[in-house]
Amino acid sequence: MQPMIVLEDVDKWYGKNFQVLKSCSLTVSPGEVVVICGPSGSGKSTLIKCVNGLEPVQGGHISVKDMEVTGPRTKLPKLRSHVGMVFQHFDLFPHMTVTENICIGQTRVLGRTQAEAEAKAAALLERVGMSDHARKYPIQLSGGQQQRIAIARALAMDPIAMLFDEPTSALDPEMITEVLDVMVELAKEGMTMMVVTHEMGFARKVADRVVFMDGGEVVEDTPKDEFFASPKSQRAVEFLSKILDH
Amino acid sequence: MKGWNWDGFFEYLTNTYILEGAAVTLGLTIAAMTLGVVAGCVVALMRMSPFRILSNIAYFYTWLIRGTPLLVQLIIIYTGLPQIGIKFSVLEATLIGLVMNEAAYLSEIIRSGISSVPKGQSNAARAVGMTDVQMMRYIVAPQAARIIIPPLGNSVNGCLKTTSIASIISMEELLRRTQVLIQEKFMVLELFVVAALYYLLMTTAWDLIQRRIERHFGRGYDIKADAAEQR
Repeated sequence: MQPMIVLEDVDKWYGKNFQVLKSCSLTVSPGEVVVICGPSGSGKSTLIKCVNGLEPVQGGHISVKDMEVTGPRTKLPKLRSHVGMVFQHFDLFPHMTVTENICIGQTRVLGRTQAEAEAKAAALLERVGMSDHARKYPIQLSGGQQQRIAIARALAMDPIAMLFDEPTSALDPEMITEVLDVMVELAKEGMTMMVVTHEMGFARKVADRVVFMDGGEVVEDTPKDEFFASPKSQRAVEFLSKILDH
Repeated sequence: MKGWNWDGFFEYLTNTYILEGAAVTLGLTIAAMTLGVVAGCVVALMRMSPFRILSNIAYFYTWLIRGTPLLVQLIIIYTGLPQIGIKFSVLEATLIGLVMNEAAYLSEIIRSGISSVPKGQSNAARAVGMTDVQMMRYIVAPQAARIIIPPLGNSVNGCLKTTSIASIISMEELLRRTQVLIQEKFMVLELFVVAALYYLLMTTAWDLIQRRIERHFGRGYDIKADAAEQR
């Protein structure tokens, strides 16, 4: 089967001296859910932003389905319209209502009519349990609600894969579940997902593989059960003991 | 002592010669601000450009214009340049001076507005597949506008009054025409009070317009107002 996301020997530097990503390789098959974890500063957020070209890379190849991300002639806007992304700080458009947030990409990028876009938005709001808030502005919503809208905004583009960059890290504990529930459901429906997260409960529940990063390198890339039962590297053992102990 | 002449005051308050002068002041302000905003956007984008040469040119421009008085610039353009063969009419010289000035000040206001939009917004816009132009138009510009409007309003208010400096190169705007009438009738206080009232009327009108614009770009930021709108 043709892989959905391929990263091959990806190198990235900030300036001349600091290498954030060191020859990172990783493959995600269609329908697979891959969780990326690791200590802060390990490069996992940078790595996921390279997949849709939000961060440029200096070496290696990245492709999504049959689209080359790293090529010089790549039309990045077109590629990004097929890949959904959810951010740590939600980044909803504050000057637009919830419905407008979900419609803007559909109408301006995909060329759907306003009516089509609004119908799609209504269906997605229902799905993430936010139908009552369609006319509100982001500022009127809690963090968990905003993140569910951000997921709906990404899904509105009918993406072939979804990227999540620490989607629950900025949330109060009681709001984490409502966001994870939506993500779990999405995973069960067969969405291809790359998820940077510290939520090991989520990883246990739906991940196929866990990728552990440290110091800009992919240290481990193993099926989830194996990762939790017997991590191969000492660094992963230490990391797990730190985050699972409480 | 002459005392205050009410009849004279009311006569000049409705004098068409002065009214036309006020209309010229208004026209100059609208033209200077419109062209100034467009030119200011260009200067701001140049200043923020990753190309060093563009940003240096923009910096030099604002440094030069903001560092010299408009009065001196107008005299150079209208009275000085003909000496080396470059001639402008009064209106041309006035507009060039005003637009150059507004562009310099507005470029800094626009630059600060654009910089105030968080990086996450451009990432989110790009992530749904917007091009840079779409991102600027639908996401960055409306959010920058909210920050830009109050200082831009200051500039409009300032410009309405700054146009009076052009009277020095005989531009026939409100102040110039007031002075012309004073030469004829010597009602100094009455005429200047009339001129002041006209300026006040125009700046007040702008205040009202600005408040509406602020409300438009403020949506999504004021919980109370937004809730009222949804009810």
